[in-house]
Amino acid sequence: MEEEIMTDKRPIISTGGRGGASGSKKTLPMPVRYAINAVLVLLVLVVGELMIDGGAITRYQSTVLEQVGVYIILAVSLNIATGYLGQLPLGHAGFMSVGAYGCAIFVMRMAEVLGVGARDFTTGTPLTVLLVIGGLLVGGLCAAVAGIIIGIPALRLKGDYLAIITLAFAEIIRVVMLNIDSVLGFKLTGGAKGLTGIPGYSSFLLVFACVAIVCFLIHTMMKSRHGRAILAIRDNEIAAEATGVNTTYYKTLAFVASAFFAGMAGGLYAGCIGVLQPAYFGFMKSIEILVMVVLGGMGSMLGSALSATVLTILPEALRAFSEYRMIAYAIVLILVMIFRPQGLLGSYDFSLSRIIERVMNRDFPWKKKDDAPADAAKGEEVSADV
Amino acid sequence: MATLLSVKDLHVSYGAIKAVRGISFDINEGEIVTLIGANGAGKSTTLNTIAGLIKPDSGSVEFDGGSIVGVPAHKVMKRGLALCPEGRRVFTQMSVAENLEMGGYTRSDAENKETLEKVYTHFPRLKERRSQVAGTLSGGEQQMLAMGRALMSRPRLLMLDEPSMGLAPILVQEIFDIVKQLNEAGTTILLVEQNANMALSIADRAYVLEIGTIKKTGTGAELLVDDDVRKAYLGG
Repeated sequence: MEEEIMTDKRPIISTGGRGGASGSKKTLPMPVRYAINAVLVLLVLVVGELMIDGGAITRYQSTVLEQVGVYIILAVSLNIATGYLGQLPLGHAGFMSVGAYGCAIFVMRMAEVLGVGARDFTTGTPLTVLLVIGGLLVGGLCAAVAGIIIGIPALRLKGDYLAIITLAFAEIIRVVMLNIDSVLGFKLTGGAKGLTGIPGYSSFLLVFACVAIVCFLIHTMMKSRHGRAILAIRDNEIAAEATGVNTTYYKTLAFVASAFFAGMAGGLYAGCIGVLQPAYFGFMKSIEILVMVVLGGMGSMLGSALSATVLTILPEALRAFSEYRMIAYAIVLILVMIFRPQGLLGSYDFSLSRIIERVMNRDFPWKKKDDAPADAAKGEEVSADV
Repeated sequence: MATLLSVKDLHVSYGAIKAVRGISFDINEGEIVTLIGANGAGKSTTLNTIAGLIKPDSGSVEFDGGSIVGVPAHKVMKRGLALCPEGRRVFTQMSVAENLEMGGYTRSDAENKETLEKVYTHFPRLKERRSQVAGTLSGGEQQMLAMGRALMSRPRLLMLDEPSMGLAPILVQEIFDIVKQLNEAGTTILLVEQNANMALSIADRAYVLEIGTIKKTGTGAELLVDDDVRKAYLGG
C-alpha cells in the first residue's frame, strides 16, 4: 500500500527551481506516474486477496492486516495536523470514535430499514457495499463536524495549549458517548455496555482500498497550492499570513481533513471488531496514534504508515509478552527521540517515480553521494507491504 | 504626487498597554518614507496594523483611496501592500525558490515567472542559492529572501520592518542600496528602522516616533542634521 506515497522529500515541487536547473533531465509525465502507482496498488491488492483466499494468510492474520490498515489511516490523518500543519492535537481518538459510532449506527439503522441481514455484509451485495461506503462517509462527516467545532476555538491556541484543549475535547466526546443514551431516552450508543451487533463489513479489500484512497487524497492535497499554504503555516505563521495565506481557513481545513479521515478509520474499525465501547477511545488511543506519527517522522506519510504497521503488528506478534508491551513502547520511543529526534524517516517520503527518473537519467546515488536515505526507505518499504 | 497610504489618528493597544497613541501620516506614490524611533516607540505595531495583522482600537487607514482597517492581512496584501516582517521570517524548511513562489501565492504562475526574474536581478545572490533550503542561508541572505518574497506579490507599497536588524554594517549598506534600487524601479517604500542614520540618508521623508506618538517630521536630509534627532538617535 505504500506505493501510493510518492511525495517528494520536500513536498512542494518548485516550478522556479525546476524550470531553471533541469531543462535536459528526463521526467515521467504525471499520467504515467499515476498509472505506475495504480498498477502497483492493484498488484498488492490482488496478491493479498489471493493469499487470503488460498489460505496462506489466516483469518486472524487478515484481521490484523485490517487493523494495520485502520491504524495507517489514523496515523497519516494525524500526520496532516502534526507533520504538515505543525500543531499537536492530542484528541485523535475522539474523532475516531465519532466516526466509528456515526458509521456503525448509520449502517445498522439503514440495514434495519432496508431489511438487510448481518450475513449479507460478509458476502457483500451491491446494496451493502453502498451502505458501507455511505456509512464511512457519514462517519467521516460526523468527525469532520466535530473537527470544526473543536478546531475553531482550539486553533486560536498553539502548542501545549492546543494539546490540552484537544485532549479535553476528546474526553468530552468519550463521556458524551458514554451517557448520551440516558439523556436522549432511547438506545443510540449503548453506553458503557457498548454498541453490539455491528455487521462485520470491514474486509481486507475495503480497508486496503480506503488506505490507498486516503493516501492518494492526502498526497494530492499536499502537492496542491492548498498543501503548500499549510506547509507555509507550519514554517512561519506570520510570514504565511503576510504572503496572502488565509491562515485561519487553512488551519481549520487541515484540522478538519485530519478529523474526517480519522472518522473514516473509525468506521472501518467498527466493522472490523463488531463492538464499540467508549473505553476504546480513551486518552491512550490518541497517544498511541501520536506515537506512530512521531516515531515515523512528522511530515512523512511513509513514516507514519510504516510505524503504524510495525506498532500494530508487533504487539500482536508479542502477545505472549503483552505485559512488557508498554515498556518496550517507551524504550523504543526514548531511543528514537535521543538518536533520531526527527523520527525514523524525518520528513523523507518515498517516491517510486523519483527513483525511476533517477534510473532514466543514469543518476545513481553511488555516482555522487547525494540521496542516501532513498535506499534505506526502499528496503523498508517492501517489508511494510507484506 | 498622489497619496498612496494615509493613516489618521491611529490607536493600537495590546490589552491594557497602549502601543500607538494617535499617529497620523501620509505616503505619496514613489516615495521612501521612514519611521524611526527607539525600542517600544510603536513602529512595528504601526506596520503590523497597516498590514492587517493587528486590529486597531480606532483611527483610519486608507490605501489607494479605500479603507483597509479591519481587513485581514491576506486580503490587504492582495490590494498591493506587502509587509516584510521583522526578524527575517522566511519559510525555513522550503528552498529559496519555493519561498519566493510562496510570495507570489496570490498571483498566477505566469505572473510569478516574470516577477521571479525581476527579483533575481535585484538579488543575484538569491538566484545562486535558489535550490538551497532557506533555513541554512546567512542572516543577510535571509533578509534578502524575505524582501524578495514580499516583492513577488508585486506590491505598490512595500513595508520593511527593520531590514538592518542583526546584520553586519557592510550588509546593511547592501540592503539599503537595494531598497533604493527598488524605489527607483517604481515601488513606494515604508521603512521602519532603528538604524536612523541609514534610514534617513535614503528617505524622502521621515517621522520620528516616541512612545506611540509622532514627535517630529521632515525630509530625511533635514532630520539628519536636526539637533534633537542627532542627540537621541544618531549618537550626538
